[in-house]
Amino acid sequence: MKTEDWVSMLATGVDAIDPKRTARRHFLAITGGLLAALAFTGGILRFNPALSNRMLLEPMFWVREAYCAALALLGFVAVTRLARPGIRLGLAPAGVVTVVVVMWTFAATVLLRAPAQNRSHLLFGTSAAVCPFLIALVAVPLFIAILWVLRDLAPTRLRLAGAAAGFAAGSLGALVYSLHCPELAAPFFGTWYLLGMLIPTSLGAWLGPRLMRW
Amino acid sequence: MQLKEERLRSLLLGGLVGDASAYHIFLSELTAHLRSFVRRRLAHLPEEVEDLVQELLLAIHNQRHTYDSAQPLTAWVQAIARYKLIDLLRRRSRTNGLHDPLDDDYDLLAAADGDAAEARYDLAKLLQQLPDRQRLPILYVKIEGRSVADAAKRTCMSESAVKVGIHRGLKALAGRIRSIA
Repeated sequence: MKTEDWVSMLATGVDAIDPKRTARRHFLAITGGLLAALAFTGGILRFNPALSNRMLLEPMFWVREAYCAALALLGFVAVTRLARPGIRLGLAPAGVVTVVVVMWTFAATVLLRAPAQNRSHLLFGTSAAVCPFLIALVAVPLFIAILWVLRDLAPTRLRLAGAAAGFAAGSLGALVYSLHCPELAAPFFGTWYLLGMLIPTSLGAWLGPRLMRW
Repeated sequence: MQLKEERLRSLLLGGLVGDASAYHIFLSELTAHLRSFVRRRLAHLPEEVEDLVQELLLAIHNQRHTYDSAQPLTAWVQAIARYKLIDLLRRRSRTNGLHDPLDDDYDLLAAADGDAAEARYDLAKLLQQLPDRQRLPILYVKIEGRSVADAAKRTCMSESAVKVGIHRGLKALAGRIRSIA
């Protein structure tokens, strides 16, 4: 086939592109993924009853929410940048590292200041064994939704884009899961929440080159 | 260079709002640049050059909604070209790994380098592999140049289904080309 014929075929009857198309798909995906994650957390894990009263007054509740939300935002920025050819990833990974380092410094201070016999409880709480897996589970619908958006776009670094999708889903999943989770100690969520986010991140790095080629 | 970038960019932006003739000029003028980009990097695989040029044109068309108008056009096109080039080389090293390196497959392909402006795959054959709801919209609108409304009437599909069929069909074509290359 001659290339000029190929070009004519591509250009014939070409349609205007809706400039809001990608933003709309992102919005649909995040909304749908969040609703599914909320339904799973509320319906099966149950929302924490303390949410209706004293928990909202705890400063640490808000620290935990801000931690998850900041990581989710950075993950989402990384996803949108990696989804377009020729756009630099920029500072999102450095932002993630900064948030984590700040949280770990804070968690280390909390641990050092606490009496020795309390330290293990601050780190492990009552749910460390299930927390990362439940976060990964809550993140599943978000992960699928973000992959759905990415498959319509054109990531050129597939492993990285997959990992970013997993991280965004994981940290947004952690934010939703926190509505069930009773733990408010920084050493706890600085560790186990992060581990929970890293499960979909690694899965994304593995799936990226398999699912997003174009 | 700067002028060329500006010119191509404004032609593409025209194409993105539905100006088919600006878009046609954009793709035609881009072709020569893509060919020289590809030829320089595939000096050892001359028979692949035109195939990859056409694969790139299809990729650029299929992904044109990912162009951000604030971004230099060159950066966008080059990122796509580099991605496709690496993809091709990876595919080749995988298939070559299965063959004896002295297999005369390679000579056979080298001999087909007669017409550099022609790719080796056949659109008609590729189209045959698509389901009707994608094949017919592409055939009527993209090849025969009919309007979407006319294609919708002929296929008993809605106009939006015709558009979706074209979009998905061209993406599926890219997948077919990738799997045979």
